[in-house]
Amino acid sequence: MQSTYARDVLVVRRTWRAQAISLLGPLTIAAGFVWAIAQPYRITLLHPHHQGFWWLAVEAPLLVVFAGLFFAFVIARPLLADLEEAHGTAR
Amino acid sequence: MEPPAEMVHWLFATGLLLLGLFLLAEVVVGPEVWRARRWRAYLWPGLAFVMGLFMWPVMAFYTNSAIHMYAHGSWAQVLMLAGGAELGLVHGRLTSKWWHLTMPLAFAVTGTAFLVHEQNRWYFARSAFLHHVLGWTFLVAAVIPLVLVFRPRAIVLRSAFALTFVVLACMLYCDRDLAPVFGHLSPLAGVPHR
Repeated sequence: MQSTYARDVLVVRRTWRAQAISLLGPLTIAAGFVWAIAQPYRITLLHPHHQGFWWLAVEAPLLVVFAGLFFAFVIARPLLADLEEAHGTAR
Repeated sequence: MEPPAEMVHWLFATGLLLLGLFLLAEVVVGPEVWRARRWRAYLWPGLAFVMGLFMWPVMAFYTNSAIHMYAHGSWAQVLMLAGGAELGLVHGRLTSKWWHLTMPLAFAVTGTAFLVHEQNRWYFARSAFLHHVLGWTFLVAAVIPLVLVFRPRAIVLRSAFALTFVVLACMLYCDRDLAPVFGHLSPLAGVPHR
């Protein structure tokens, strides 16, 4: 009985941790998109004529989206696998 | 050929945002799971160190005045020191917990440098306002890594430390070379652009 309870607690804890990690990247990406929609003039790619290299390469809302994408695909994915593995070991 | 100064701020904001996300993820999963893969343990100290390295070209190419050079140079040094110390601690080369003091030192030096090298008053322009806010935020937030030296496993403090970087990133993203702040823009600042 006790071991079942302990297992349930572990599952719940793992679940919220996994959900939090899964959400960090998409939330960051969403923040970048919301910013881009709120201030479309910050996206120079939408009106690229007569813009220099830096104005086309460095656009703040897109940098936020990039950070979210990097976190979601490079950090969160293996981290979730490790979290799952740690959970399996604890069981 | 150099990018406008505001873009350099945005690039460093991206670095700070990633730092915040890494630290937040470490708080969520716990240090054991975070360090399950060796490379991940080096991630945020390495990023801090690299940001320190990139601060050197900023010092060299954005020297508006001597005080700018000193400010950017001191940031480069303390960022590399803090990042390097954390790398040494993760690797095991450094063992004393007192090396963690390099982080509050980095915060304090960064905050002071922000305040000292901003010669204009708060409402001169947006960049001046943000430099003042960033400086005071860094100075006040230096308390968090300082207390973390003595209570390294405190979840609230570690979360606050991570979120500090996210907040600082948001401030840096708001920076523009020439833009009003809350409707204020000094006529001495120039004509705002897009």
